[in-house]
Amino acid sequence: MARSVTTRRKTINTLAAWAIGLLIFFPILWTILTSFKTEAQAINDPPLFFFFDWTLENYAVVQERSNYMRYLWNSVIIAGGSTVLGLIIAVPAAWSMAFVPSKRTKDILMWMLSTKMLPAVGVLYPIYLVFIELGLLDTRVGLTIVLMLINLPIIVWMLYTYFKEIPGEILEAARMDGATLKEEILYILTPMAIPGIASTLLLNIILAWNEAFWTLNLTAAKAAPLTAFIASYSSPEGLFYAKLSAASTMAIAPILILGWFSQKQLVRGLTFGAVK
Amino acid sequence: MATQHSRSAARFMMAPAVILLLGWMLIPLTMTLIFSFKKYLPLRGGDLGWVGFDNYVRFVSSSAFWPSVQTTLIIVGGVLLITIIFGVLLSILLDQPMWGQGIVRILVIAPFFVMPTVSALVWKNMFMDPVNGLFAHLWKAFGAQPIEWLSDLSLFSIILIVSWQWLPFATLILLTAIQSLDSEQLEAAEMDGAPPLSRFAFIILPHLSRAITIVVLIQTIFLLAIFAEIFVTTSGAFGTRTLTYLIYQRVLESQNVGLGSAGGVYAIILANIVAIFLMRIVGKNLDT
Repeated sequence: MARSVTTRRKTINTLAAWAIGLLIFFPILWTILTSFKTEAQAINDPPLFFFFDWTLENYAVVQERSNYMRYLWNSVIIAGGSTVLGLIIAVPAAWSMAFVPSKRTKDILMWMLSTKMLPAVGVLYPIYLVFIELGLLDTRVGLTIVLMLINLPIIVWMLYTYFKEIPGEILEAARMDGATLKEEILYILTPMAIPGIASTLLLNIILAWNEAFWTLNLTAAKAAPLTAFIASYSSPEGLFYAKLSAASTMAIAPILILGWFSQKQLVRGLTFGAVK
Repeated sequence: MATQHSRSAARFMMAPAVILLLGWMLIPLTMTLIFSFKKYLPLRGGDLGWVGFDNYVRFVSSSAFWPSVQTTLIIVGGVLLITIIFGVLLSILLDQPMWGQGIVRILVIAPFFVMPTVSALVWKNMFMDPVNGLFAHLWKAFGAQPIEWLSDLSLFSIILIVSWQWLPFATLILLTAIQSLDSEQLEAAEMDGAPPLSRFAFIILPHLSRAITIVVLIQTIFLLAIFAEIFVTTSGAFGTRTLTYLIYQRVLESQNVGLGSAGGVYAIILANIVAIFLMRIVGKNLDT
């Protein structure tokens, strides 16, 4: 018997949930709104909500003054590059752990997880020093490698939990029917693995895009991604709310959109498969 | 059936990931350990030799150490308390039947996708600024004196910002856990006349306990390491210097690498204590 829900109760739920949802979302909404105001309107008291002269001027100014596109491009390369590189290394590893498990598989997985727990600040100077020695400071290559390494445990784990769900019987059946190893991988495993790989890709891009310890500490002018670009607004001159809002909106928009597609994967990825 | 051949192939496929992570862990860790036993001032003479446990003693006995531990505990504890309490309530609400559930979920989860530097700066300027911030406008509208959030209520403000970022994470995981609850159990309890509060206390909460533990552990590990939020709001001033931030200042700002490294070793030990508990739970899950 399904629980009957009165319309009254449903209405109350809806009102409460929407009120809280909007309250939580408000800072983001306010940032987006402010990005379309002039600087004077942005600090107007009382605050202006929808009735102001909408302008795109801030977006133009941000791009013009600070060469926003370069930071955006750095973010794209670093987040995308570290994710793709991580997947190339992690797919075979997760694959072999899921399909050819040995006695040590669990230990290796747990150990990989433990490297993720290492506080970044504890190894800040060594990495800084290695970067100087290798000429990697303030380069996109260096940051791509570091972000790949810090997220590699999550990538391996997520892929592992997805691969684990591919039933082994299907492989055996294919083998019985005379499929070669190549056919097996190409026609049976790959199609079944692609959703998991795609989810992992998505979550990892989000994590890498928003990473704000190494990106702040290992870059200066050349390789700085959006996280570092936004941080430069912490000591600005003159009125800047509308410009800050425009820059912020551009920095978070792509990830907000990606994030909405990856709600479910987020849980699995960030709890290492412990909550599904 | 795994053959000898496929075993060695598996080892080969695993090798790059294992070797890279091993290097990523061992090389910097060894360097930090070595530095921590040295007097090492890159800008004032460089490597000045071994000093034994001197750095470890000095890091702990410096006047900044205990306040930073206290600050860390207040921030981590405060954020955990807020995100767990509101996360449980919010996930129960979101699990109820309503119109537009999908959209509300998106609204609630959105803050998690905002990069830390953006959320910190938006809160600092557009909400908490004592002259032009939205809170100042609101306070003035009620005839009250605007609050200097980030200097007078600095810890509370940081907790508020960080909680806003992490509430979606707690809510999302708790919601996932609630949805796996067998609704027949709740119905049976309801028919037997159990009031809502006992249904919550005796059915929902026990069911959520594992998910809550996981949220607490994972958040603790991330919260111990928060950096950008403090970096762009107060830069460690007004009593917001956490252990992480103190180590950062010792290493990069005052370039006292030996002292900072000793602090780093403490931070690693602290994180590992939390990690052991988390790994136990995750490991148990791996067997099933």
